[in-house]
Amino acid sequence: MNGFLSLLQRDLRLAFRAGGGAALALAFFAAVVTLVPLGIGPDLKLLARIAGGVLWVSAVLAALLALDRLFQADFEDGSLDLIALSPLSLESVALAKLIAHWLATGLPLTFLAALMAVLYGLPTAATGALMLSLLIGTPAISAIGAIGAALTLSIRRGGLILPLIVLPLAAPAVIFGSGAVLDALDGQASGALLLLSAFSLLSLALSPFAAAAAVRLNLAA
Amino acid sequence: MTTTLTLDNLGLMRGGRLLLSGLSLTLESGAVLSLEGPNGAGKTSLLRAIAGFLPPAAGSITLENGSAIFRDGEERGSRIGWLGHHDGIKPQLTVVEQASFWAHLYGTDDARVAAALARFGLAALADAPGQLLSAGQRRRLAFARLLLSVRPLWLLDEPLSALDEAGRGQAAGAIAAHAAAGGIVIAATHEPLGVTCQNLILRKAMAA
Repeated sequence: MNGFLSLLQRDLRLAFRAGGGAALALAFFAAVVTLVPLGIGPDLKLLARIAGGVLWVSAVLAALLALDRLFQADFEDGSLDLIALSPLSLESVALAKLIAHWLATGLPLTFLAALMAVLYGLPTAATGALMLSLLIGTPAISAIGAIGAALTLSIRRGGLILPLIVLPLAAPAVIFGSGAVLDALDGQASGALLLLSAFSLLSLALSPFAAAAAVRLNLAA
Repeated sequence: MTTTLTLDNLGLMRGGRLLLSGLSLTLESGAVLSLEGPNGAGKTSLLRAIAGFLPPAAGSITLENGSAIFRDGEERGSRIGWLGHHDGIKPQLTVVEQASFWAHLYGTDDARVAAALARFGLAALADAPGQLLSAGQRRRLAFARLLLSVRPLWLLDEPLSALDEAGRGQAAGAIAAHAAAGGIVIAATHEPLGVTCQNLILRKAMAA
């Protein structure tokens, strides 16, 4: 197995074993998404309208929960020094870590969201659009999050600063993602998914380089 | 393959403070250097500078390995075996999972994992999760990982801390064997390494 895949495998193992963030993020997502209809009341028409927005915002917040330890855990226990000295470039390291983060949060969230959409009485077509938008858009959250996690890796309680960096940058994903769900609900043709794809590709292309630069900066301090 | 490390008039700054300056040093294959000095003298920073993490404020660090010459920090990193102050051990993963991971990451044959673990007395603990290891056992695992990295220049930060008598013997054996095989070892330490070595004592720089 090459270095890239073994790092990916290790990060996935860490995410799914006790103390990893994956299960926590999914449980948080389910809890928030369940709570909102209880607060709004049983107006199915209203719930279907807000479903896209609520599910998208909850998915971003849940993904954030598992993000702050992306580099920080390895930094604190000295693993990051050893990873940096390995033959794998820091750009590849960042890419492996963001893919692992997506596989542990974004992908399961996409399927969980389809289940939770039932609570909001979301029609089948709109649920399809929701899943597709999450499938396309959550990699962007992992990519932007990786930059934020790399920037804050040496800050104690960086988990509190991370959302301030990541949330504004993630706004386009939320806008286009929930927009695609609304358009499907109204039966309109929609360019939102295309814009979301463009945003996701751009984030994925830039993130490994930006995150690697931030890691270098932190290791030199 | 011969290895040479040359520090030329090296100066290091950290957080705006001058840690050391004018340090020149040449180490050839087979050298073991014990880096000593009071806390805060810059031992760890010097190791981090040689590893390429901390850019030097002045002077240069050159590592020659066979016909390859590395001046850039990140290039140098490809020849460095690192045993840091922290052990880099995950509580959730078993000993053999961690050792295999590092072997894969460093491109070392999986078949060497068992031998490296056995050499530091960890064979019986192969399936134990990291959280059950004592401080000394974690250090042994860090040494096993160092063997698996197969790099010519070893940089060790407090390598003997937490190790018992037997562990110190195994560590000294590994260091001596590495030097005998043509490698270079630099160890920041407060205690005798247990192998014949050169000494470099860093003093605290004058407060600016």
